[in-house]
Amino acid sequence: MSDSREQTHPGGAGVDTQETPGSFGAGEPVRPLPQAPARPESDLDAPLPAKRMVVNLGPSHPAMHGVTRAVVELEGETIRSMKLDIGFLHRGFEKSCENVTWGQCFPYTDRLNYVSSIMNNVGFALAVEKLCRLEIPERARYLRVLTSELHRICDHLTLVGAMGLELGAMTVFLYAIEARDVIWDRLTELCGARLTSNYARIGGVARDLPEGWREKALATLERVAELRDEIDGLLTRNRIFLDRTRGTGRISRADAIELGFTGPCLRAAGEPYDVRKAFPYLVYDRLEFDVPVGSDGDNFDRYLMRMEEMRQSDRIVRQCLEQMQPGDIIVQDWRYALPPKPQVYGTIEGVMAHFKLVMEGIKVPAGEAYSYTEAANGELGFYLVSDGGGRPYKLGLRAPGWPMLAALPHLTKDALLADLVPTFDSINMIGGEVEQ
Amino acid sequence: MVSESEGVPAITTRREQALTGLQALISKGLGWARKYSLFQYPFVTACCGMEYMAIASARYDLDRFGAALPRFSPRQADLLMVVGTVNCKQAPILRRIWEQMADPKWVMAFGVCASSGGFYDNYATVQGIDRIVPVDIYVPGCPPRPEQVLDGIMMLQQKIQDQAHKLIEKRSLPAAPAERRGG
Amino acid sequence: MSQAVIGALQERFPEAVYDAYQGVGGDDCVFVHKERIVEVCRHLREVERFDLAPYITAVDYLGAEPRFEVVYNLLSIPRSARIRLRVRVPEGDDCVVPSVTGVWRGADWFERYCFDMYGIRFSGHPDLRRLFMYDEFVGHPLRKDYPLKGRQPLTPEREVHDIFRGPGPATRD
Repeated sequence: MSDSREQTHPGGAGVDTQETPGSFGAGEPVRPLPQAPARPESDLDAPLPAKRMVVNLGPSHPAMHGVTRAVVELEGETIRSMKLDIGFLHRGFEKSCENVTWGQCFPYTDRLNYVSSIMNNVGFALAVEKLCRLEIPERARYLRVLTSELHRICDHLTLVGAMGLELGAMTVFLYAIEARDVIWDRLTELCGARLTSNYARIGGVARDLPEGWREKALATLERVAELRDEIDGLLTRNRIFLDRTRGTGRISRADAIELGFTGPCLRAAGEPYDVRKAFPYLVYDRLEFDVPVGSDGDNFDRYLMRMEEMRQSDRIVRQCLEQMQPGDIIVQDWRYALPPKPQVYGTIEGVMAHFKLVMEGIKVPAGEAYSYTEAANGELGFYLVSDGGGRPYKLGLRAPGWPMLAALPHLTKDALLADLVPTFDSINMIGGEVEQ
Repeated sequence: MVSESEGVPAITTRREQALTGLQALISKGLGWARKYSLFQYPFVTACCGMEYMAIASARYDLDRFGAALPRFSPRQADLLMVVGTVNCKQAPILRRIWEQMADPKWVMAFGVCASSGGFYDNYATVQGIDRIVPVDIYVPGCPPRPEQVLDGIMMLQQKIQDQAHKLIEKRSLPAAPAERRGG
Repeated sequence: MSQAVIGALQERFPEAVYDAYQGVGGDDCVFVHKERIVEVCRHLREVERFDLAPYITAVDYLGAEPRFEVVYNLLSIPRSARIRLRVRVPEGDDCVVPSVTGVWRGADWFERYCFDMYGIRFSGHPDLRRLFMYDEFVGHPLRKDYPLKGRQPLTPEREVHDIFRGPGPATRD
């Protein structure tokens, strides 16, 4: 089935597939499978002839991870080599962003890591503010951190739920999704949408906390903690879960660094690097939280990392709710932020500022900047190039899940096919960010 | 019952389409059975997949509509839920999976990207899966709220009930694969 | 900290690096000639301990000469330092940059991305194929002269009566 792709595609008119080297299976000659050795004299001593089987784990995955095609060469049940074919969710994020204004990029960034969209929004906003040399108000920073951490919890819950689901623990999935739904209810009250929040703006955030949100959020955190403890009880000392995840998908610290891992996967391998501690941004230097570090670098460690990070995020959210003071939520500079409505309807300057911001976009000074935050999956980087106009000239994204996905063949070398499932789960490849 | 018969002539007379009393009864019965036992093939690609997970879970339960069990093989499924953006590279795969499904089958375009390409009007995205497969129900939203999807499922169930189901259906075979692939 | 690194680079490779500057927000950047990028990266990895695989991307400055620029954003975890290397690449036959996959294995997919999206080739790359786009795609989409809506459909598309675009074949945009 691996080479059937070339038969289903009508070749584009006049395209020479040898000229543009393509993905596996098209334009490459079919590799002959290794032949079985000739049978020696004594049948009893002869090794059993074995052929390698090439299996296509196709783009339409039963696991809800987005679409990745893995062509796996198996010897029995052992994976000898794997080739990944991605691009089935490439939606042209970078090119789309080059054609809209800076403020209109936010919905595109939402849909990158769609389980923790606010972190993408905040990352992008920080990059643009770095280039504009803008200082954002206190309250806006706290709100950004608060919502980012809530979405981090959502991301980890999704991962743990999906991991449980695929290893057969379906109840864990239901608990995790329930916990995620409860957080989403709070975020719906705040941002307007459950999933793709579009919350950050250049210069601050879009909306302030509604009435009574603080108490509801604390109740939500309690409920999430209950559900998280249930999940912990179901999985962490579960014999089946331990057997499937302990020792599988192992990576050493040096390898992880060379391959570009960041975030929980790198910390699980033993390297204590967290952008929030190493290069603190927003208000992370005022908050007290720990950064868990693993030792083995296998799937079980990555799972434990996520569970522990959820607890730390819970701490951060509580501290934010305590420390936050009333104030502005967006910078009061009409070159970047929309003026308040009374000014728009009342003064000529307000109308003009509103018009220019909506029609032409923010004028970001020419230059380039690279800004990095700690997203749920690792270091999320935005490399922006501006030509001084209202639209990005280049918006490059360093997806945190990208190096982990690229390293998947390395992680599963000589592992059993069944080990591919928890490995693929625990690296948290989100299709939207990897395939931009 | 195929959602759009690509070989049927555009004009049929009422007499050809009319069902006798017994046939109408059978059609109602089969419609009832088919609408309450939908086996979905969740063709999940992107963000809408998260809402799909929410719908399939305990709070916005899809099981009460009879549509709980996903079948990850197109041969065993009858509702193809295309969840999320389909881009040009994924399009042949979607088409292939749709072709592998047996009749009766229905297609739901879940989300704006599947319905019309969403706001990704660029080189990579198919502007709506109805350019590739015939669609029965479009559920817009980016991503749609679970209540919206459940509304869509209920409308689809109404549509299934109202279609004419027959016990034995005679249809001509589709064109041979080699000819179609050339086109 | 990173300024010291740039200073050391300028001493060690005086003819390979040029135009060091400090960018917005304190980013330390330097331009590198494309033939010497592998040496510079190897030095940075082994001596200056920039061992995390860098984020490599490319920019198309259409109208400028040389047209493309490949940007390497490096991070050193033990020293908490970041620097940026910029390599200008002309278009045409000379649009080739030596690959740094020998220095960091993790640079592999980033270089494939630059090739797929911009057409910049990397010599010495173990497996330079397209990453996102399908094989039958002609062109490099992120180049500034590639149209945003330049669709190249793989499957023949059905006719759709679209109220925005009116009746007609789906490929007419």
